[in-house]
Amino acid sequence: MATYKPVPVPAVPKLGERVTQDTLYWRGYKTPVQIKEFGAVNKIDFSPVPPYNYAVTASSRIHIYGRYSQEPIKTFSRFKDAAYCATYRDDGNLLVAGSEEGTIRLFDVGGKAPLRQFDGHTKAVHVVGFLSDKYRLFSGGDDYSSNLWDIPSATEIVSYSEHTDYVRCGCASKVNADVFITGSYDHTVKLFDARTKSSVMTIEHGQPVESVLLFPSGGLLVSAGGRYVKVWDVLKGGQLLVSLKNHHKTVTCLCLNSSGQRLLSGSLDRHVKIYSTTSYKVVHSFNYATSILSLALSPEDETIVVGMTNGVLNIKHRKPEERKDESGKKRQPAYRMYVKGRTYMPKQEDFRVSKPVKQVLRKYDKLLKSFQSSKALDAVLEPHIRLYTPEVTVAVMQELHRRGTLRSALAGRDEKQINLLLQFVARRVIEPRFTSILVTIADMITDIYQPVVGQSAIVDRQFLKLQEAIGKEIDYQEELLEVLGMMDTLFATFTKKTATSLEENENNGLTETIITNTN
Amino acid sequence: ALRVVRCGGSARYGARAVFTADSKYLFCASGDFVKMYSLATEETLRVMGGHADLVTGLQLNPHNHMQLYSSSLDGSIKLWDFMDGIPIKTFTVGSKLLALYVVSSCEDSVFVIIPKSGGRDTFQLVQVKLTRAAGQDLEAKELSVVLDGVDASPKCTAFGREAEYVASVREVNLQVYFFKRKQLNRFSISAVRTKSRNNLFTCVACHPKEDCIATGHADGRIRLWRNFCHKKEYTYSTLHWHHDAVLDLAFSVEGMSLLSGGLESVLVLWHNESDCRKDFLPRLGSAIEHISVSSDGALCCTLHSDNRITIVNSNLRFSKSIQGLIKSTVVKTGLVVDPRTKALVLNGEPGHLQFYCLQSDQQLFSLDIVQRQYIHQAGLNQTDLVKVAFSAQGKWLATVEEREEATDPELQLKLWFFDEETQSFKLNTSIAMPHEDSITGVCFRDTDELDDDSLILVTAGRDRVFKVWVMEEDTDPEARQKVSWSCDFVGSYHNYQATNCCFSEDGSLLAVSFEETVTVWDSVTWDLKCTFCHPPGKIRNICFGRLTCAKFLIGTTDYGFLCCWNLLSCALEWSAHLNVLVLQPDPLSEYIAAVSWLSQESSLFVFKPNEPRPTCIQRNLCKEKIHLAAFVPRDKPEAVGSEKYLWLRRSQLFFLTEGQELMTLSTKPLDERLTPSSKQLAVEESLPVTPFSLLLGKHRHQQSQEDVELGMLIVPNEHEQSSPVVKELLHTPAHVLPSASFLCPIFINSLLISKQNQRAEEVADVVEMESEKSEDDSDEERDTAEMEQDTSPVELWGGATCKLSKSQERELRKIRKTDYSWVSAF
Repeated sequence: MATYKPVPVPAVPKLGERVTQDTLYWRGYKTPVQIKEFGAVNKIDFSPVPPYNYAVTASSRIHIYGRYSQEPIKTFSRFKDAAYCATYRDDGNLLVAGSEEGTIRLFDVGGKAPLRQFDGHTKAVHVVGFLSDKYRLFSGGDDYSSNLWDIPSATEIVSYSEHTDYVRCGCASKVNADVFITGSYDHTVKLFDARTKSSVMTIEHGQPVESVLLFPSGGLLVSAGGRYVKVWDVLKGGQLLVSLKNHHKTVTCLCLNSSGQRLLSGSLDRHVKIYSTTSYKVVHSFNYATSILSLALSPEDETIVVGMTNGVLNIKHRKPEERKDESGKKRQPAYRMYVKGRTYMPKQEDFRVSKPVKQVLRKYDKLLKSFQSSKALDAVLEPHIRLYTPEVTVAVMQELHRRGTLRSALAGRDEKQINLLLQFVARRVIEPRFTSILVTIADMITDIYQPVVGQSAIVDRQFLKLQEAIGKEIDYQEELLEVLGMMDTLFATFTKKTATSLEENENNGLTETIITNTN
Repeated sequence: ALRVVRCGGSARYGARAVFTADSKYLFCASGDFVKMYSLATEETLRVMGGHADLVTGLQLNPHNHMQLYSSSLDGSIKLWDFMDGIPIKTFTVGSKLLALYVVSSCEDSVFVIIPKSGGRDTFQLVQVKLTRAAGQDLEAKELSVVLDGVDASPKCTAFGREAEYVASVREVNLQVYFFKRKQLNRFSISAVRTKSRNNLFTCVACHPKEDCIATGHADGRIRLWRNFCHKKEYTYSTLHWHHDAVLDLAFSVEGMSLLSGGLESVLVLWHNESDCRKDFLPRLGSAIEHISVSSDGALCCTLHSDNRITIVNSNLRFSKSIQGLIKSTVVKTGLVVDPRTKALVLNGEPGHLQFYCLQSDQQLFSLDIVQRQYIHQAGLNQTDLVKVAFSAQGKWLATVEEREEATDPELQLKLWFFDEETQSFKLNTSIAMPHEDSITGVCFRDTDELDDDSLILVTAGRDRVFKVWVMEEDTDPEARQKVSWSCDFVGSYHNYQATNCCFSEDGSLLAVSFEETVTVWDSVTWDLKCTFCHPPGKIRNICFGRLTCAKFLIGTTDYGFLCCWNLLSCALEWSAHLNVLVLQPDPLSEYIAAVSWLSQESSLFVFKPNEPRPTCIQRNLCKEKIHLAAFVPRDKPEAVGSEKYLWLRRSQLFFLTEGQELMTLSTKPLDERLTPSSKQLAVEESLPVTPFSLLLGKHRHQQSQEDVELGMLIVPNEHEQSSPVVKELLHTPAHVLPSASFLCPIFINSLLISKQNQRAEEVADVVEMESEKSEDDSDEERDTAEMEQDTSPVELWGGATCKLSKSQERELRKIRKTDYSWVSAF
């Protein structure tokens, strides 16, 4: 003997992005805070030590922001012209920045005046950074040279003039204190070793290089330039591992998350894409208002800071973890319930009788079980079902249609109920997954209530709305068909003359299915 | 020679089921057989065959509850000893028997319904006198008409309490005949006919204790008639719950409640014959055809239209169900063999797929495919299963369900994965509307060599395309399931409807038939390789040859041609003019079976594709059309003597007739399907074991051994248990029993009396015969012959006795008939 089977509610595959673990993780940020800077934000750098302040380089200033502060907690403004690339040292005590006039300044985070000044570049210095031994600096300038500096003596150790265009990005190896890389507009990335007189490795990126990044292991190198993000295996002598083309404008900045599992890239196309570093597939992406110049992620991914070309700094903080406090709400069973049978020790031969599982039915299922069609339809037209889960409403309508009782369930309703019903139909009839049954229902309603049309203004208005909705949908479908026709002709010109009838068949079949789906 | 063996799913039940007196066993009329089921194990214990046509009535012998009467359309009534499964007597009545009623008050006669001689579609209830004469086959020609113009259905006539009256309904008339007063009362209700329904009588039942008749009507009403001994002042009350015809009614043993059932497949229990108190047992699977109640009132049994038997407790709790091959309205799925269990798979109850075990004639399990509530109502168009396909290892199952509608059919393609943990199929992918129109063919690429990842499913639809479905692996590690199915390729041919599809044995070629043309496609690139056709006539079936004949493609057209094309030369190899309905290749050999429909009979042709001459022809397989057949691989190859039947060595051919009877072909003589163990019935009633009964049992055992040694007839000992005195003796505790000297005469007397009761009748018969003898000399010879037959056991004892004079002989016989069996008990 079978039990009652509840009405199956068809699950419609969700179109668009699938909700994955990644989307959930990256969606877990609060609404962004926007701060207006004086010019385009060219660099954001987080202090590697708590409380993780970050330095923002924009125009001729370097602002230091605290974690939740809207105002800068400190400002370095000793630059005559634009400042570039303010970068923290590993211990978070020193800050170095390049400038438009060609000098490099080293600041103490606590102080105001520069501790050291490095002169030597003849043109603007767009990139500067510490080597991992903390006592040396590297820099790259618009004079095509990449230099290495000694901090204590403020002197130039070595100058490499191997690039043939502006040097705009660079990165130091965290593993080897002597190794750093620079990327240039001459489409190359060069790897330098401080112990040698020339570059150790040259990687041809293909486009002007805007940003480079070394993985913490030092084995992989990521370069961004043009629309491409390319990953290279350094240990294999600069072999291209993967080339990603997910942006449609120049990629300007790169960043790794704290675990090293995800790679972020920001671009002038206003998107930040997040890649998995195992599969190099885009797992999530953010949208921003304007083109992105710089991007930084705080340790533990607590904060995402994005700098734009229009000088807006966009800061997103992670939401605090939700704690589930449900224990308080449920009424606890009585104490007696807990002690009952506590002392009983089950024996080997004891037969365990499991409680019969009670089938919990929704209200409409209970009504359908007892063949009360009209009431079942009423139950699914209640606001919370009608508005939030229209598929349940439609599934029950379908079931009533299947049982042949839909007409009697629709009949005999008053003005308010018809109004409600028509409102639902007019709103949902254009959804392809509901169309077939709702068209039947609209048909039946017009059939049943034809004699009373004109007696109620509200119902008449709903009928007109329904007509309008259907008319619009028909126009829309016609337009779509036109587009399809155009696309077909395009495809036909693209396919080779040798194309067999087979491919045509395929095309025809595909378009046919699309047409009927949209109908 | 080849024999057609019926092996399951036989015709529907013609009569109500009958419980044995102890409610341990159940009898059902099933086609030409009477089946005996054990209620404890749900097993078929015995199949009693002997009738030549449908069994229409079953009744226990009221005077000996170890015997059973059965009637059949072949015009005979049989009396069975069901414990041994042997017919004791066969009474030939002559005309068709449509129903059988046995009442306890008429000792030597039964009531049957027979067609009125001369009249068409008129039937009469007659009393048949069963002669007491000795011998197996007897004529029962003494008929006396009781009622005229009764309905043919056995449910339309019922006997009232203590057989004082008989009630019969037909159309809108109820007639009650009182035996004692010889009075016939007729009542009629005014006929009401609407579009869909009418209020005709459908069944009748009589209250066992009161003067009350319950009648069921086609509009779902039940009427309770009282005071019907008066022609005018009769009354009736109405009970109404059923929305469709009431198909059967039954009163409980005491008459306190009434059970009714109908098309809704709900068993309704009406308390105290009132409308307000009723209980329901809903969703019994299919329409309830017959209801019967056991004599102790503890159980109730319903027979359903899908050949299922349901046992229900007295408190209306579902107890168990006995089911073989479930009969569904239409078998659309065809016969498919599950590669895993070797079970036959086909439509079961609505929306379900049944897995039927051929060896045990039982349903293994029923898989719910549609997963929707089925509404048992006539004229509703509901979703049902239309196509089924298994992958080669049985790991994947593809099902297609369809709800036919005028505008657009609702279609769903479901793919099920066999879950090793739960040992059942789990839904993997469900595709709504895979085709625009109904699907005509589904097949998997069943290649054993390839791993399951390259599994391909092809569906052919009436929407003029065939689609190729492939498995896709979900790269997302967090995904709920690893694989899902999606469409890979859509192919069509000149905008013709695709009708069949099938893969070659190695999976490299796909053949799809488009109306008159067969197209062959490469299964890797999906290129059209070649086309075949044999105009005129559309292609009905296609299949590839196997093993050595893999280069052949066989097709049949509805113009009556069987064609064999060579795939290498792309030419017609041979063709034959044959109207083939079923084309079934054996998966384990080259042989292909074709069942044709020629001049009102089905014939079987078995051939190898490489030679146009069939290996085996079996004409007149059955009189019905055969639409479905399947080869089921045998567990171990059978030894087949003849070259002609070599094709039966590795697999067995099963086919399903239009009446949904499952048949097979066998070369062996009929062997008993039942295992010897199941034949040993527990004849003993469950007596509590006391030292006395153990002693008695020992004696009885010894005695039976002695009997065997002596070659004597074993004296039946049933009376020992049935006698109330013995029961009392065995059940009373020893310390309250009176002295043995007091008990002994009672005990002995009880044995004697019970025996004499039975024997007295026979003695009376003999006396009667003798009186006849004196009157009619011509009968004498026959009688003496019979008597000599009767005395044959005596001859065993000594040859001299037959030389005795007649008076001496009679005396001797009298002495012999005196029962001395009690002596042996001590």
